[in-house]
Amino acid sequence: MAEAAPTDIREAAVWRLLQEVKDPEVPVLSVVNLGIVRDVVFDGETLEVTITPTYSGCPAMNMIEAQIAEVLKREGFGEARVKTVLSPAWTTDWMDEEGRRKLKAFGIAPPEKTSADKRALFGEVPPVACPRCSSENTEMVSEFGSTACKALYKCGDCLEPFDHFKCI
Amino acid sequence: MTAKPETAGGDEALFEYLLRLGDNALILGQRLGEWVSNGPTVELDIALGNQSLDLIGQARMLFDYAGRVEGKGRSEDDIAFLRDVLDFRNVLLVEQPNGDFGQTVIRQFLYGTYASALYERLSGSTDNELAGIAQKAVKEMAYHARHSGEWVVRLGDGTEESHGRVQAGLDFLWPYAHELFIADDIDRTMAERGIGIDPSDLKDDWLEVVTGVIGRATLTLPETNWVPDGGKQGRHTENLGYILSDLQFMQRAYPGAEW
Repeated sequence: MAEAAPTDIREAAVWRLLQEVKDPEVPVLSVVNLGIVRDVVFDGETLEVTITPTYSGCPAMNMIEAQIAEVLKREGFGEARVKTVLSPAWTTDWMDEEGRRKLKAFGIAPPEKTSADKRALFGEVPPVACPRCSSENTEMVSEFGSTACKALYKCGDCLEPFDHFKCI
Repeated sequence: MTAKPETAGGDEALFEYLLRLGDNALILGQRLGEWVSNGPTVELDIALGNQSLDLIGQARMLFDYAGRVEGKGRSEDDIAFLRDVLDFRNVLLVEQPNGDFGQTVIRQFLYGTYASALYERLSGSTDNELAGIAQKAVKEMAYHARHSGEWVVRLGDGTEESHGRVQAGLDFLWPYAHELFIADDIDRTMAERGIGIDPSDLKDDWLEVVTGVIGRATLTLPETNWVPDGGKQGRHTENLGYILSDLQFMQRAYPGAEW
């Protein structure tokens, strides 16, 4: 049935399906929320999905690639090609609003919506609001957290430690 | 003037250039990996492990591309695991021992400051694939330089003990930093073709950043005329053999083993 529909409708169906593929490290976020799906294209009957890594060494990429292929095969799109491109480099600006809301609800402070964080050595750090009590009285504990994409913070008001999705 | 796109396939200079970038990332990544479970605090243990992961990720992309440029069917794993000391093209700085945390942080700061400037420039390479890798790597290396730079200041301008240790790390590693900026024919060829850059162009800016941080950290730049080099041409210190014996053990003991 997937074959009968016009290309744009089939592409839209693929985008909806990709909402089911979650980041294995942050299971509330889909690969679409994260902004790592760059393109969905039908080349005749062959589907090609283009993704881009968040970090060079992100260990979740292989799994994400396999999950995308699996979901598409299960839903009748055949052997989809999953291609990785590096340029333009992923930035947290590509995370959608829904993704930011879901992250906060999950207890992870979302990245600030600014362009890539290129502040100089010892530059001003933009305030990060606590995902629990929304206080901006927070302090960075470590620039590196439980995964490459997160930093560790502590709230000065509710005293909870929390992860912050780093802004890059 | 428009640069002519380079065609891949048996391009030896480009292959060498990619190996140098990839080997620096792999060997430094392996060194940082030695810290895992040995970090001074759990946060720093995680930080060093994450930086290792960034570097190994960069190495994978560079080796994958190098293998295709070489055109002999070598994979990223073949390049990482099946070469010996004389085939490695990393600078001597990255293979130096971790020492204590102070020494590791100095090495990461000196290298990270260089690498973030390098990848910033390579982001505009006429080689699209290298430019793509550089655009990812520049964000990661700038983050490493900032993290390690803050620790250089914290430790240097800290207690007598921490100051002494980080100064000792700087004294030991400083001579090795100069090799980063020594250009040879490969560098010049790559710069002329618009693919790479002449690393000596980076030195003034690097020195300005490094001198600033060293000053804030109340440390003293060592004076030395000893400038060891040769890593980029495959002449290494004895450290590299030990690193490779760890890194390559599985492939040596069980050739072709996979997960």
